[in-house]
Amino acid sequence: MKPNELLDFLSQDVIIVTGHYGSGKTNFAINLAVDLRAAGHSVTLADLDIVNPYFRSADFKEEAERLGIDFVASAYANSNLDIPSLSAGVDAKIGAGGKLIIDVGGDDAGAYALGRYSARIKETGYTMLYVVNAYRYLTREPEEALELLRDIETASRLKATHIVNNSNLSWQTEVSDVTRSVPYAQSVAELAGIPLAATAARRDVAEQLSEKQGFYPVDIYVKVPWNPGE
Amino acid sequence: MAERVLMKGNEALSEAAIKAGCLHFFGYPITPQTEVNAYMSKRMPKIGGTYLQAESEIAAVNMVLGAASAGVRAMTSSSSPGISLKAEGISYMAGSDLPCLILNIQRGGPGLGGIQPSQADYNQATKAPGHGDLHILVFAPSTVQEMVNTVFKAFDLAEQYRMPAMILGDGLLGQMMEPVEFPAVEVTPAAKPWATNGMHGKRGKNIVNSLYLQADILEEKVLERQKRYETIEANHSECEEYLTDDAEVLVVAYGASSRIVRSAVNSAREQGIKAGLLRPVTLWPFPKKQIEAAAAKAKTVLVVEMSTGQMVHDVRLVVEGKRPVHFFGHTGGVIPTPAEVLEQIKQLSGGAK
Repeated sequence: MKPNELLDFLSQDVIIVTGHYGSGKTNFAINLAVDLRAAGHSVTLADLDIVNPYFRSADFKEEAERLGIDFVASAYANSNLDIPSLSAGVDAKIGAGGKLIIDVGGDDAGAYALGRYSARIKETGYTMLYVVNAYRYLTREPEEALELLRDIETASRLKATHIVNNSNLSWQTEVSDVTRSVPYAQSVAELAGIPLAATAARRDVAEQLSEKQGFYPVDIYVKVPWNPGE
Repeated sequence: MAERVLMKGNEALSEAAIKAGCLHFFGYPITPQTEVNAYMSKRMPKIGGTYLQAESEIAAVNMVLGAASAGVRAMTSSSSPGISLKAEGISYMAGSDLPCLILNIQRGGPGLGGIQPSQADYNQATKAPGHGDLHILVFAPSTVQEMVNTVFKAFDLAEQYRMPAMILGDGLLGQMMEPVEFPAVEVTPAAKPWATNGMHGKRGKNIVNSLYLQADILEEKVLERQKRYETIEANHSECEEYLTDDAEVLVVAYGASSRIVRSAVNSAREQGIKAGLLRPVTLWPFPKKQIEAAAAKAKTVLVVEMSTGQMVHDVRLVVEGKRPVHFFGHTGGVIPTPAEVLEQIKQLSGGAK
């Protein structure tokens, strides 16, 4: 899958990225924003994570601005003020034209913040991606991933429309880890009764795949302060 | 072989504790270690364990004291300000010869400080985790996998020597995601004939206590404990050495800082500078002999910490002025970068070769 195949698929203006915390939602959301921008869309990335003050899309703010991506986050993101506040800018962007990517906090705990916008989002129409990672400890069984999805839907008052397989073992991810995870993601999609939109794979891993159909190459934007593997 | 999974540091510590046979957790949430509480509260009820969110850190640590007295593996977890509150309980447990595990996922201080990563509790952990003549075991893992492995070791050594053990992490290690494998080990907690878990008509009274009415008996007790500390210092100090054999600039760093230093050392080597990393794995007991030997081979020593310089004083005590010991660090939640550390190494080595 070339990136734009997945992007064409995302016809709605509001694209919501949800999932278990640690599934790689934020990195995936940033990739979507970059690719949609490169495809010529006007793009806003909204960081709605009010649960986790670390490793969040707010870290990507400068890079986003450089690429011409609008960025909306809590005024207190990445500060020492660990309070769950939302930016008024999120409301303003819903239905305002252009693509709005909402990076939601992990689990149902993170999805409550999304619920606050559910009525307006339903009016405008939306795509809600449920990002899964077969290697996350507490969602290793498709049934566990489904249970969490239902909790997220209840909290957000919105329904997931697609599954995104973002299975990875951080820098240790190899081709076999990605291919092994596809049946898992298909099971989650089957149980949830919605399609599997794509399997994301780190770009260098994606390039090694013999069959590229259904895969979406991603770059790593969420980083640690040292070199990978050190 | 166990399968690799992706876990957040705080979750991995929690699951490792459960796998190490700890079914009694008492805590109070505080960023950046709250996921330990969240994880335990989800998992413990499913496996017949106890998760109890206490009304305060002080209550939580004293619940650990109670559970440990009864002979079970018990733990608590917090971050810097919360650890200060637990100090009294830690001292009581040390004075009562009770094993337990305490996690400190450090944040910026003093006071409420901030929620970003820090290593400014080194002095507290290694010198005065509570009042009195006491030590606790202090481990400083640097990866999520090592945190998992350390949990098992910490419980075992705490029980072997009947004393509290602490894993000193920081907000980076607690919050970051890394692949881990849980070791397939058979956990055998030590026999605890001293535990206050019921006489069942078979034995006399067991008393767990830290109060002594006679000074000479208290002194005897404290001196007996000091002997145990000496045995531990002689047998259980650990460190990892990376490219230290021919290192002219020896960099000493622990925990997350050591990973930044490792990147800097690799870059220095690429530029022809002989730099090496010595990473203390145990902070108490401190790897004195290993540091002394590595420093003797080097021309100069650099200590890197996320503090204004705490461990650097222990390194200076070990080096005894035989080599210059420099310090570089950031504090308050600011994380040093590999480029900054590389710059320090370059300056100390007299520039790139």
